[in-house]
Amino acid sequence: MCAICGCGTTGEAHDHHHHQPHAHEADAKRLLRIERDVMAKNDGHAAANRERLAALGSFAVNLLSSPGSGKTTLLLRLITALRARHAIAVIEGDQQTDLDAARIRAAGVPAVQINTGAGCHLDAHMIGHALDDLALERNALLFIENVGNLVCPAGFDLGEAARVVVLSVTEGEDKPLKYPAMFATADLLVLNKADLLPHLDFDLAACIANALRINPDVQTLVVSARTGEGLTALAAWVEARAARLATEALTHA
Amino acid sequence: MHELALARSLAELVENEARQAGAARVMRVRLALGALAHVGPEAMRFCFEAAVRGTRAEGAGFDIVMIPGAGRCESCGQTVPLPERLAPCPECGGARVRMTAGDELRLIEMEVE
Repeated sequence: MCAICGCGTTGEAHDHHHHQPHAHEADAKRLLRIERDVMAKNDGHAAANRERLAALGSFAVNLLSSPGSGKTTLLLRLITALRARHAIAVIEGDQQTDLDAARIRAAGVPAVQINTGAGCHLDAHMIGHALDDLALERNALLFIENVGNLVCPAGFDLGEAARVVVLSVTEGEDKPLKYPAMFATADLLVLNKADLLPHLDFDLAACIANALRINPDVQTLVVSARTGEGLTALAAWVEARAARLATEALTHA
Repeated sequence: MHELALARSLAELVENEARQAGAARVMRVRLALGALAHVGPEAMRFCFEAAVRGTRAEGAGFDIVMIPGAGRCESCGQTVPLPERLAPCPECGGARVRMTAGDELRLIEMEVE
């Protein structure tokens, strides 16, 4: 019996359905030196997304947090603040349901839902397909709401221009230390549910200090998606970053 | 469980390399894994076995070579061992040590026939 595929023929070389013909001679064991990064494929898709978004003049934000931090409510507030001046589109990532995309669409903004099923994060390949489905206007702001998870999404570049991590003040000020990978790659840390601060023992200064220990370059904003506190500053941050990206694109053109 | 997605990427990489080399079967796969990468070696092994089912690497041995963390201290400029991402410099006590090794996830080599 052929030791390679378990088929019944012996002796002569023969074809297999799914791999190359081989001779039944002495086993030709070989060692292949490879040295290839496992993330290379995702990073390739991310680079393609980045190029595609740049060609459209689109500014893409990867919005990350644990489940229940208020990302979608915050996003709806941001849409209200920005829609008069910008075209906006949204990609929603969840394991199941299109509840979030339905909430965004109800606000009159185009949204594509990605259901990851067993997956715990969005990857760049999924975003490429979502961009196929989303007829993105020129110079639009694109918000990508990642799967709620403080661990897995951190390692996957989606091709975004900025990473915003949302942490609600009910989650505890030690989270940046416990989940460093997520905070290490953030451009902006948004501390949400600030309206609850008077009722909590949450130490705002300690939380920001912890985040800065992990990532000395991270910027921080304190907001409440419920009351609207800090939302003007958050919208201004997005607009300033989008303007900077557009300027950089012009200089490089 | 992002190890599953990583294991699928690895399985795809292994299959492509095996095809390009004209190999019928992959006997052993060796992966470099950084000690400070957020990837669990046991979870990676479990997911890899599942991900290669039905490919040329089904049943292949799986070696994980752990790469210890290292960093360059921004205060004293020395390259030092880094047992955790936030560890201070063991030479001068400086708090800012930029990681230079320990974040790897790289297919190093494969034994094929």
